[in-house]
Amino acid sequence: MLDDAATAQPRASGEAGEAVLSVEGLTTLFGVTDGAIHAVNDVSFSLRPGELLGVVGESGSGKSVTMMSLLRLIPSPPARITAGRVMFEGRDLLALSPAELRAVRGPGVGFVFQDPMTSLNPVFTVGFQIIEPLREHMGLSKKAARARAAELLAVVGIPSPDKRLDDYPHQFSGGMRQRVMIAIALACEPKVLIADEPTTALDVTIQAQILELVKDLRRRLGMAVVWITHDLGVVAGIADRVMVMYGGQVVENAEVGALFENPAHPYTRALMETLPSVEGARREKLRTIEGQPPIMTRRPAACPFAPRCAQAHDRCLAANPPLLQVAPGHASACWLAEGAA
Amino acid sequence: MSLAEPTTRSAADTAAPLVQVDDLAVHFPVYSGLFRRQVGAIKAVDGVSFTVRRGETLGLVGESGCGKSTTGRAVLRLYAPTRGRILFEGKDIATLGEGALRRLRPRMQMIFQDPQASLNPRMTVGSIIAEPLDEHLRLSQAQRRDRVRSLLDAVGMNPAFADRYPHEFSGGQRQRIGIARALALDPGFIVCDEPIAALDVSIQAQVVNLLEELQARLGLTYLFISHDLSMVRHIATHVAVMYLGGVVELAPRDLLYASPRHPYTQALLSAVPAPDPKVEATRRRVILKGDVPSPANPPSGCRFRTRCPIAEARCAAEVPAFRKLPDGRQVACHFAQ
Repeated sequence: MLDDAATAQPRASGEAGEAVLSVEGLTTLFGVTDGAIHAVNDVSFSLRPGELLGVVGESGSGKSVTMMSLLRLIPSPPARITAGRVMFEGRDLLALSPAELRAVRGPGVGFVFQDPMTSLNPVFTVGFQIIEPLREHMGLSKKAARARAAELLAVVGIPSPDKRLDDYPHQFSGGMRQRVMIAIALACEPKVLIADEPTTALDVTIQAQILELVKDLRRRLGMAVVWITHDLGVVAGIADRVMVMYGGQVVENAEVGALFENPAHPYTRALMETLPSVEGARREKLRTIEGQPPIMTRRPAACPFAPRCAQAHDRCLAANPPLLQVAPGHASACWLAEGAA
Repeated sequence: MSLAEPTTRSAADTAAPLVQVDDLAVHFPVYSGLFRRQVGAIKAVDGVSFTVRRGETLGLVGESGCGKSTTGRAVLRLYAPTRGRILFEGKDIATLGEGALRRLRPRMQMIFQDPQASLNPRMTVGSIIAEPLDEHLRLSQAQRRDRVRSLLDAVGMNPAFADRYPHEFSGGQRQRIGIARALALDPGFIVCDEPIAALDVSIQAQVVNLLEELQARLGLTYLFISHDLSMVRHIATHVAVMYLGGVVELAPRDLLYASPRHPYTQALLSAVPAPDPKVEATRRRVILKGDVPSPANPPSGCRFRTRCPIAEARCAAEVPAFRKLPDGRQVACHFAQ
């Protein structure tokens, strides 16, 4: 069945240019006892069919909350999505009823969570957990769903898949469980796959296996992918386009080559300079970014990076810069980018 | 005793081995059945040998479950070794009694991975840092306070923070407190067990730079345990790569990263993503098949043979010797040249 999808690839290229998912002005707050945390501030981006968008940021930068807000997967309260539109197939996901949204999750947009240890249900077999969405969303019979589930396990590279369907999550290793999570997300052949730090908990050799798998699946199924990570190395290897987040907002958005060759935002630049690598020349001393990432207790009136920025000036403290174009398809939320393009 | 003045160590000392580990093994018994009889053992560490010279940093790398943390703890005798020798300043501490070991403790300290879990939330920062002083030294109140202040200052924190509690600090600052505690007794040797793994990328560099500064200033020797090969390349002078309880390759840093010889080291290094799309596009990646075998039941012969791309019949029959190559590195592989 998955091989059919390979021939159905025109889905990817046929409607190129037209965004499969577009997000405008998304804002999410968390209510806390003494006010609100502005976790996501006015985030906009779009995803083309077949594109892999890497979303990079440190903990608390808002990258996970953004993606979970898209599908309204965050518990509300405490979270409140206060503004924005999420357009998918001509409909605003934020305006859908719970039942309509449920029909989108799975066949429309699949989600892979970070921790494969806690996101699989330990009391059901892995087979049951893959079969459930197939029956629910694809309307397959019990028998057909089981056959398809075995196919999916084979696709993600789990040996003797038919036998493993009857095993429970604890009988799988961490890397295998993450593969199972991906198999579940792929079960309904989503147009968009959102993966939230899917390899962060895994060892590098297992991560390499998963990254190869995703590259291969993307080639064969032509789906668009949002890949959330804090690892610039992972992004360099698999992304087409990268969105860098800091303090709940997008600070830079560029094609992967342009981002690494010509990082425009001081945060992106600093981040790249703090990173050691196993390749290339070895740096004698690592550059550091002094200070701490911010906790957004107020709606930012200034640039969130200004307190740690070596190039900050008066204007950065007076007004929060919008995303400004530095080159075609390359934007940076920094006043220094003004007039650069 | 004061942190302000650098510890003077003679030039002759520099190359002398501070820690020498010889055929170290740590096995954890597995009990089962009605009478809880021992039915087997998890061979977490099985035949590890390495040397750390004064003032150097040995990076101990490997994936989860390879035994790197167990090795680090056994070297400090936080676990009792099943077999092997641990020479610290020339003296075997593998079988040392409690009293003698306690007298040695101030010379060897540890920095833990999770600064959240390794600092007592009910103690102030000052009393956390002073605890080793209270245990091992007799200081007056004033001396104790001065020492705590100079330690906080040495790790780049405001000495006035001594009266605060750990929860008031960020992850990076908590790790600094852990470092100050490890420095309290002026140790010569510190085992750093994944000291930056729990920190954000922009904070990791701060802590690593601090560790390097302290090393230069105080003449410290580190055993730096990490799964982050890029960071180990930055901080270590020598690197030991572990797999399933054993060291498969041990080499000076530049040699290891430039030309890894063991097939596992090659696969491991090729799997680390490089933060550069051009490098990534041209890199040849060795993808290992399958998962790490259980250390309760390791494969016969070479421990890596079940996933090794170049394994032959010989690898199942014969345990490869940990031999020295002409360039000075040590490798446990029949085919390494």
